Amino acid sequence: MTYLIPAMRLWLVTLLVCVIGYSLLVFVFAQTFVPFRANGSLITVNGRTIGSELIAQNFTSARYFWPRPSVAKFDGMHAAGSNLSPTSEKLTERAAETVARYGATPANPLPADLVAASGGGLDPHISVAGALYQVQRIARSRNIAAATVRRLIDDRAVVPGGPFAPDPIVNVLQLNLALDRLKP
Amino acid sequence: MFTAILTIVLIVGSAALLSWPLGHYMAALFSGRFTRTDNLLIRVAGRTPDQDWKQYSVALLTFNALMFAFVFLLLTVQHRLPLNPDGQNAASLDLVFNTAASFTTNTNLQHYSGESTWSYLAQLGGLMWLQFVSAATGIAALAAVARGIGGQASMGNFFLDLQRATFCLLLPLAIIVALVLAMSGVPMTFEGAAHAITLEGVGQTIARGPVAAFVAIKQLGTNGGGFFGPNSTHPFENPTFWSNGFSMIAIIIVPMACVWMFGRIIGRMKHAGVIFAVMLAFLLLKIGGAVAFEAAPTHAFVHLPVMQTIGNLEGKELRLGATTGPLWAVLTTSTSNGSVAAMHDSLNPLTGLMPMVGMWLNATFGGVGVGMINMFLYVVVAVFIAGMMVGRTPEYLGHKVEGGEMRLAVLAVFSHALLTLGGTALFAATAWGQATLNNVGAHGFSEILYEFSSAAANNGSGFEGLGDNTVPWNIATGLVMLIGRYLPIVLPLAIVGSLMAKTRSAESAGTLSVEGGSFGIMLVITILIFGALTFFPAAALGPIAEHVTLMR
Repeated sequence: MTYLIPAMRLWLVTLLVCVIGYSLLVFVFAQTFVPFRANGSLITVNGRTIGSELIAQNFTSARYFWPRPSVAKFDGMHAAGSNLSPTSEKLTERAAETVARYGATPANPLPADLVAASGGGLDPHISVAGALYQVQRIARSRNIAAATVRRLIDDRAVVPGGPFAPDPIVNVLQLNLALDRLKP
Repeated sequence: MFTAILTIVLIVGSAALLSWPLGHYMAALFSGRFTRTDNLLIRVAGRTPDQDWKQYSVALLTFNALMFAFVFLLLTVQHRLPLNPDGQNAASLDLVFNTAASFTTNTNLQHYSGESTWSYLAQLGGLMWLQFVSAATGIAALAAVARGIGGQASMGNFFLDLQRATFCLLLPLAIIVALVLAMSGVPMTFEGAAHAITLEGVGQTIARGPVAAFVAIKQLGTNGGGFFGPNSTHPFENPTFWSNGFSMIAIIIVPMACVWMFGRIIGRMKHAGVIFAVMLAFLLLKIGGAVAFEAAPTHAFVHLPVMQTIGNLEGKELRLGATTGPLWAVLTTSTSNGSVAAMHDSLNPLTGLMPMVGMWLNATFGGVGVGMINMFLYVVVAVFIAGMMVGRTPEYLGHKVEGGEMRLAVLAVFSHALLTLGGTALFAATAWGQATLNNVGAHGFSEILYEFSSAAANNGSGFEGLGDNTVPWNIATGLVMLIGRYLPIVLPLAIVGSLMAKTRSAESAGTLSVEGGSFGIMLVITILIFGALTFFPAAALGPIAEHVTLMR
């Protein structure tokens, strides 16, 4: 019991410093110096919030680049992965549906990232190979040159980690925004 | 392959280098080198006399009981309190019990998704607060153990140690990490979820919140509990390759520095060097295994027209790179962190074995403070066995290790195996476990085994397909976490208290040296026999059996 009083004092002081003081410090810093990121990297077009640069969205129209599969169904309130093991038949069935949707064949196989669901179901990127795979479909449905679409990908491709992660990726929402901004 | 090695060297190498000065600082801090700060901290808690092992344990348990009680209460009434912009409802009492136990014990096992369960007040005032003080509790316990081993007359004062760890170590580090994360894109806002209309005209609600502050201490204090359900795979917790690398260093740096701090306080840096080398060897072995196994494509896609060039991508994020999923999986389970940057449930079977091995050993750096304490138990056992083998009274740095201390050490080591395997057996045999599986066959067994390994090791990661928010899971893992936390803290304190009570003999040429390569090998063998062999049958039933089915 002699230890209850010091324990209570520690409770109060650690709460004040580590919760209120610390949170406010980080909050003020982030809102002052990186307000765009601090509020969720939201992209606004003509006064309308169209999404977050960091959060994947569903695109189903043939006119847009499609994202990676999402077990969370792109619900920003319920992020989740599939948690299916490599021996799972459910996983193979889900992958077969995706393959059918893209019409992939052994001669023209689908890049794996377009088949595999991401960890949180909100991965905003696809691989450049995955984007190039979709060029023909988009060019046809928008009635534009495939080279134009490819240039959009080239312009926005990034290497996520320099020499440590060299496979290039591209942000799906930025690509689709760029598609809509092309002169018709 | 080359990029994988480059990444491993970058992350593990930078952490190891940085841990050296940090360990120096921590030793000075806990040796009372900063007198003015200490005087201020003593005034805050009120002056209490120095404590022996029993008093130190009672002080630690008193404060931890208060931590549990406060957060239990806060989580129960969160829906009536402010800072709840997304209108979270009341949570069930069994989930509240599990969550309060989980964060009090530095485990951060999460049977919920934060963005759809807790208010911002519950996340910051309850869970994030525990991420500071539960981590500080472990570091304080290590300081007490080290003082006793080092021959000091007293174990110190828990209330002073807790504040030193919180205010002078974790808080400054957390501020640095939080600011870097915020700059890399982790949100820090008190606004509720954002509403967007996509280019196709569909609505999307995007959860956000005060994430940067939370994630920083989650990594540094080997806590691991994420702000969002899928933890550091969520782009808001881990937006870039660089935030990912930075997070991995934050996961491992304090556990590494704890070894150097221990060495400095006991005044035997060569001994600490041997321990560090043994831990690092186990760590690198597991990393090598995990990265190699995960470079294989997922078996689920092999008969489909899918181009798998960079390994198994199910459950992984592209921006984090191909190597970092398995690397993170090993780092987070070698320490008792438990945050994830790839879904462990979807790892290739043998890759998934590596995190389990990490949790079974629980001492290859381990949790902040407690990892080194667990290793101290293995050291005591190794010294005792070596002493018996050469027919001398076993001595550890001049302390006579006798039957009494040995019994306590073995009890602590085996309680871990008992909690893990006993729980797994119970849930694998009953509907409590069987009815909650996401995968069938050997992998289903692995889900149960992983969950109990994680709870007993105070890790907190999971094979998250498991439907674990049920009353049996919440209560069973809650109890396992509590026993698996406090037994391995109080028993070592008791061992050290018992060693302190005996006269310390001078070390002679005949004393077993704990500073050379031969002791290192002895320690490795002890860890393998006591830590790994115990779990081998369970491993054979789970991940190994699943791997064998793949080879058919």
